[in-house]
Amino acid sequence: MSYQPVLLANIHKKDSHALAVYQAGGGYRALRQVLKEMSPKDVVELVKSSGLRGRGGAGFPTGMKWSFLPENHPGPIYFCVNADESEPGTFVNRVQMERDPHQVLEGIIISCYATRASTAYIYLRYEYPLCLRRMQSAIEECYAAGLLGKNILGSPFSLDVHIHRGAAAYVCGEETGLIESIEGRRAWPRIKPPFPAVEGLFRKPTVVNNIETMACVTQIAERGAAWFRSIGTPPEPNNPRDPGSFGPKLFGLSGHVNRPGCYEAPLGITLRQLVEEFGGGVWKGRRAKAAVLGGLSTGVVTAGEFDTPMDFSGPLRAGCLGLGTGCVVVFDETYSMVDFLHNSCRFFAHESCGQCTPCREGTHWALQMLNRIQAGRGRLKDLELLLEIGDSIGIMPGTTICGLADGAAWPIKTAVRKFRDEFEEYVARTNPEGYLDTTPVPGMGTPQSLYSIA
Amino acid sequence: MPTILIDNRELTIPAGQKLNAIEAARMLGIKIPHYCWHPGLSIVGSCRMCLVEIGSRDPKSGKITMQPKLMPACNTLATDNLVVVTDSEKVAHARAMVEEGLLLRHPVDCPICDKAGECKLQDYYFKYGQDERRADIRPFTSRRRDLGDVTLFVDRCVMCSRCVRFANEVSGTSELMITGRGAHEEINVVPGYPLNNKLSGNVVDLCPVGALGDKDFLYKQRVWFLESHPSVCTGCSTGCSIWIEENQDRIYRIKPRQNPFVNQWWICNDGRYDYPHVHDARRVTQPRGSTADWTTLPGQLREALQSAGRLAAVVSPFLSVEEAYLLCKLIRDIDKNAVLALGPVPTVGEDERFPKGFIISAEKCPNRRGVEAVLAYFSGQVTGFEELLSEIDLGQIQGAWVSGGYKADWIGLATAARFQRLKLLVVQDLFPSPLMEIATHALPGAAYAERPGSYVNRNDRLQTAAQAIRPPAGVRTEGSLLWELSCRKGLYSPGAVLTEVAREIGYFSAALGPVPETGVDLKANLLAQASPVQPNQA
Repeated sequence: MSYQPVLLANIHKKDSHALAVYQAGGGYRALRQVLKEMSPKDVVELVKSSGLRGRGGAGFPTGMKWSFLPENHPGPIYFCVNADESEPGTFVNRVQMERDPHQVLEGIIISCYATRASTAYIYLRYEYPLCLRRMQSAIEECYAAGLLGKNILGSPFSLDVHIHRGAAAYVCGEETGLIESIEGRRAWPRIKPPFPAVEGLFRKPTVVNNIETMACVTQIAERGAAWFRSIGTPPEPNNPRDPGSFGPKLFGLSGHVNRPGCYEAPLGITLRQLVEEFGGGVWKGRRAKAAVLGGLSTGVVTAGEFDTPMDFSGPLRAGCLGLGTGCVVVFDETYSMVDFLHNSCRFFAHESCGQCTPCREGTHWALQMLNRIQAGRGRLKDLELLLEIGDSIGIMPGTTICGLADGAAWPIKTAVRKFRDEFEEYVARTNPEGYLDTTPVPGMGTPQSLYSIA
Repeated sequence: MPTILIDNRELTIPAGQKLNAIEAARMLGIKIPHYCWHPGLSIVGSCRMCLVEIGSRDPKSGKITMQPKLMPACNTLATDNLVVVTDSEKVAHARAMVEEGLLLRHPVDCPICDKAGECKLQDYYFKYGQDERRADIRPFTSRRRDLGDVTLFVDRCVMCSRCVRFANEVSGTSELMITGRGAHEEINVVPGYPLNNKLSGNVVDLCPVGALGDKDFLYKQRVWFLESHPSVCTGCSTGCSIWIEENQDRIYRIKPRQNPFVNQWWICNDGRYDYPHVHDARRVTQPRGSTADWTTLPGQLREALQSAGRLAAVVSPFLSVEEAYLLCKLIRDIDKNAVLALGPVPTVGEDERFPKGFIISAEKCPNRRGVEAVLAYFSGQVTGFEELLSEIDLGQIQGAWVSGGYKADWIGLATAARFQRLKLLVVQDLFPSPLMEIATHALPGAAYAERPGSYVNRNDRLQTAAQAIRPPAGVRTEGSLLWELSCRKGLYSPGAVLTEVAREIGYFSAALGPVPETGVDLKANLLAQASPVQPNQA
């Protein structure tokens, strides 16, 4: 591969998390330049022109998100960094925060300068204790070096960064759920409008960006928008709504591959390249059966769809929710998709915040059905019901407030549709007497046993 | 003025009104089902029952563009050129799915549920639900949990979070919370901090299903047997609009009646659970005196009043405007110089104010303002109870008519003894009292639910209460007795009296004509009536 990693360039150095090592490699040079030569507006324009899209999953253009903030807002503006990386299969932010926290922090400082925010919160998931220590010590180093606090590097710009440690709920990764959680409340995502850019944290204008987005901001400030646009996939000419997928992206590779890990590649690389060239192919000499291509909630692709380009529009063509976090989980040919879907449904039923009826009840119902299918009491009729649940929950049909239900729906929709034969075969094999039954069956399971780890 | 299109029907929203799509549709008679939205609480948009299709119309070309996603009507502001579709197949499917979801784990124990008959889950299921149960989840039993003032039937809950928001926003006490996550969510309280505030009864009304049960009402009556009567709470001078719900002359519960000028959607527990005194066994139910026969009693009373000498009347602040007027007029017609005094005004502590403006008044009577205005009209001043007592002590008064209606002991032995020297003492009251013991004529009085009439609250708003139940046998209402004593023809008609009052007394002039359900504001007339009223002049 000719591509030289940028976001992960530092991680193999000794003590790569230390300020001295980061600065020796040219760190905080971009920040100095931004504070000296650019106005906040210039930075927003720079990020806009780079075509950077949020790396958290939805792929919303970052510069545009920043420009939604009200101009000349008299009160405080808050900046939240989403480090609640809870998507199953996803671990790239962890690598960044553990190995190169200063690259992230530099991006945060530049972004806060651009958005005129004077307080930033890093919402860190509970399960990352090393990230907490590394980020905390990086923040302390920055305060000591005058890179945070009052009048950063002698400029009029001041910034405080706080780490807020979550309590291990998946829904806190949703931006308004994250905001509620920082405010100390139950993480029930808020109904929009108002959007966070107008009324977010503490009812003030707020931007929520992902950790990886912050690292990209650092690199854009360092290397320029043109460099960023030279990497990735240009917009589709016949789709006016596609802003293109530019820049480097971190891909997490796990599951049945020979070399799982976090890799950096330009957006637009195909899934096959990722699995073959970076992951060293499927393990034990087996063939791939399927893969989750961007975190569990984006759904699955079959082995035949491995040529899907990993950019913001490619996965859509493969019937998936989107690029998501870009973290791939590969399943080999021996793996049962029924088990996969059961596991997926258990996760989302457990993590549904319980606010919206379709998600609370739909995820629970789907899990109940899969419990029964796995126990050998499934019926063909259940597959239809599963698909109906999948099609009618989520923000895509508009029946829920946040995207958690979409995340629950896409694995159901893609797995049942793409692996229908396998599901039907499983049901018929495990329930030969009753698989054609269409009459109501008595329920199973008690509330206590629903989520016990089998 | 914004114009919107709902189900192909145009609606122009009155200027200055900020409505959401549910309220706007309601103006056209289109019902959008909803659980979590309530006009008095913040919007969470979580039940997803009010999902509709939303679009916009280009004002120039009239072209309509619809959004691909369904949107909750509760969070959609009715702005100009909004297009709302509530009757499409897509909307019907979404409603059916929500209804199906809510019933997945619902115990469906309607036969033993207090809410059955007025339950949104039932109503919407019949209207929007699917006819077949497709889920194979065994419903849970109906677990019961004591939350303090109310009982929670845990598994009937649909998680609309109205009660939690009420405790956070309206009562400001925040006792309620949601524990658990996803399908395991439950309403709960922190151990040792039960739901215990003066507005807590409202959460039962707010609950769209049978999850929150009123301990007072639980298992007492099926709601379809209840008949509702619009009334006014007489617990304090706030004068909340209420529904009195009764079956066969027995009150089973009291509910708030929406009134944006007084109580919005709420009432306090004091008012809600104020009715037991109506059915109290200790009530006086038979007249006592020279004769206990209602056919001859009015004539005797009139004769006794005419021959007593100088008269006085104690006009209780529990009387309605009409009754106070009839009493004052009767006494003044017999004795031109009769003393008209205001009965004792019970006051407890200070006004209690709640975050969204609800007030429980310290003055625990419904009609001080109204009675004072009537007294001022007849005697040019408001004579206090103490003043009257001293006049009695001086021997200037020979006969008195005392109206009571108090819900608790209001007169002590010593005070009552000061009436001893009177030649004639007529007392009409709810409960036996030392004064009744010494009365020459002790008459049973009617409780508030038994008497029609109007009350003026602390903010000079006059509201009319209907008669909800008939008084117990042997009791004649104050109004009908006074009506007969005044030699008026036919049956007691509070409406006719109120019209008379409104014509004669400037303060009440706004009450001329039909009084709307939410009452009339008499304050405007206070300005016009800057000069004090002259006695006996209209």
